Amino acid sequence: MTRIVDRDHGLELLRQMLRIRRFEEKCAELYSRGKIRGFLHLYIGEEAVAAGAIPCFGPDDAIVGTYREHGHALIRGTPMGSLMAELYGKANGCARGRGGSMHFFDAARRFYGGLAIVAGGLPLAVGLALAQKLTPPSSPLNKGGNKEGVTACFFGDGAVAEGEFHESLNLAALWKLPVLFLCENNLYAMGTALGRHQSQTDIARKADAYAIPAEAVNGMDVLAVEAATRKAVDFVRAGNGPYLLEYRTYRFRAHSMYDAELYRTKAEVAQWKQRDPIALFQQQLRAGGLLTDSDLDTMGTAIATEIAEAVSFAEMGPWEPLEDLTKDVYTPAKPAG
Amino acid sequence: MGKITYREAVRAGLREALQSDPRVFLMGEDVGKYGGTYACSKGLLDEFGQERIRDTPLSESTFVGAGIGAALGGMRPIVEVMTVNFSLLALDQIVNNAATIRHMSGGQFSIPLIVRMATGAGRQVAAQHSHSLEGWYAHIPGITVLAPATVTDARGMLLAALREPDPVFIFEHAYLYSIEGEHDESALPVDLTQAAIRRTGTDISLITFGGSLWKALEAADRLAQEGISAEVVDLRILRPLDISTVLTSVRKTHRAVVIDEGWRTGSFAAEVSAQIMEGAFYDLDGPVGRVCSVEVPIPYPKHLEDAALPQPEKIVRAVHTLMG
Repeated sequence: MTRIVDRDHGLELLRQMLRIRRFEEKCAELYSRGKIRGFLHLYIGEEAVAAGAIPCFGPDDAIVGTYREHGHALIRGTPMGSLMAELYGKANGCARGRGGSMHFFDAARRFYGGLAIVAGGLPLAVGLALAQKLTPPSSPLNKGGNKEGVTACFFGDGAVAEGEFHESLNLAALWKLPVLFLCENNLYAMGTALGRHQSQTDIARKADAYAIPAEAVNGMDVLAVEAATRKAVDFVRAGNGPYLLEYRTYRFRAHSMYDAELYRTKAEVAQWKQRDPIALFQQQLRAGGLLTDSDLDTMGTAIATEIAEAVSFAEMGPWEPLEDLTKDVYTPAKPAG
Repeated sequence: MGKITYREAVRAGLREALQSDPRVFLMGEDVGKYGGTYACSKGLLDEFGQERIRDTPLSESTFVGAGIGAALGGMRPIVEVMTVNFSLLALDQIVNNAATIRHMSGGQFSIPLIVRMATGAGRQVAAQHSHSLEGWYAHIPGITVLAPATVTDARGMLLAALREPDPVFIFEHAYLYSIEGEHDESALPVDLTQAAIRRTGTDISLITFGGSLWKALEAADRLAQEGISAEVVDLRILRPLDISTVLTSVRKTHRAVVIDEGWRTGSFAAEVSAQIMEGAFYDLDGPVGRVCSVEVPIPYPKHLEDAALPQPEKIVRAVHTLMG
């Protein structure tokens, strides 16, 4: 494991992973109480990826996520209350309740979904990166004087079987676009193991075919995720074109709340839980003398308060009035004159 | 501008769009070096350079999706898809992203994207290059669907589409590209809200759009020789449909035939017919007629292709049936 030098930084990474874990445990509970409906895809087990990777991106960068994006939005800074309200389907949710669990959006933080068609976000990310390339700080189109923006595109191992994955890597490399292809390989495309759907299971190697540099990273190690992502962001921001990272990780919970998990053994799950990114990182911090019981208590209490406030924000939130059903299908016409 | 071809009108619209807004760029298969499959973008690469006239790989889903992403990122992309049949490879991006993201994000994001594509039959290019699927697209809320039939609309609707904040799909009937017409400068800027009466009449309304407009006008000429006065309504915009112009016409003529190059079952003509029934049932002197394509993949030989498509004589026959 990578060595941590800075206590505050280490505690912050731990805190962020715990925020995701506790938030999602609450989501599962609220789901069983009928407060949250539809599909709910939990990220539990994979927290080191979002917590390590997302802070490597600045406010001018764009983030494109998947339907398992609770952690990404949380780390990006979308308030927990607006995420919980979205899960409730309330009008004070981050997408006015129109999207739910799979469709978090946050324009202010350049968070472009929350997209639930596997690989469907890759072309979108290529386009966002194209816009960034066409509007560098020197461009008269760049009115805000933005820095060199890059786009982070998250997707899972299932996405690499889709044509859009291959088309997007090719186009991004051909046009040298500032996009990071960030594959969260949790070994299962829903219930189909990687080896049952890919002839080449080494995902990072697929980037070779498109002349894109790539690296596979231990996705259960938050420091490894962070270091690799930072390096990749620097490479892309310098104008070198796209980069692919494969985070090797594992989902501890079922694919969604409907999944009976017939496709993997309890022993396999138990084995991966030995590599729980939060437990491991806690041990590492303790071993380095950087974490005390009191730190953990303080952190735990603050997170519990944040979650309680988020639930209360969602509970108190209004339902979108029925007369607004078709609102936002189109942009309202500007009044004449 | 006088008499120009439809192709020249599209090119003029593209050039003006590129000149008027630095955020506009054109991308698609063979739009640059080749000059466009239908030569609509000929010369534009030399004039505007490769940053703004971008040849793409044969990756419809990704270059349409990249158009969506670039629009989200503040650009004004115009994406050319070679034909409507190829656009099926991009349906995921169109239906699941372009049409949904504004609503699904609670109104946070708009996608000012234009996608142009050729549609329609009549050139003996068989069953994978000849279909008319604009009616399918018109089924989808969240997008605007245009079918310019005249040279004025070919240029004008493109420029009007550029001012739309949401995705606009423009269907250019491939048969029209070489057709010459009078460009009516005074009609600009054209609106994207109203159907147009292309010929006034009193006995029957022929309601159509795109390539079929010219067949309907020819049918109206023939009917006039028999003393039947047909009004020809060009829908222009399939979504949002201007049904009020249609109903006004039908209330005057009391009879209607809808002409649509799509297949009859589930056709756009079926939608128009249903809306006439809902809105003007008691003004009708008879059932609404339809002239659509025969339910067959468009065949290659000319005699079979002609037989599969709406033709002026079929329209005349449908009118005779309705008028007894």
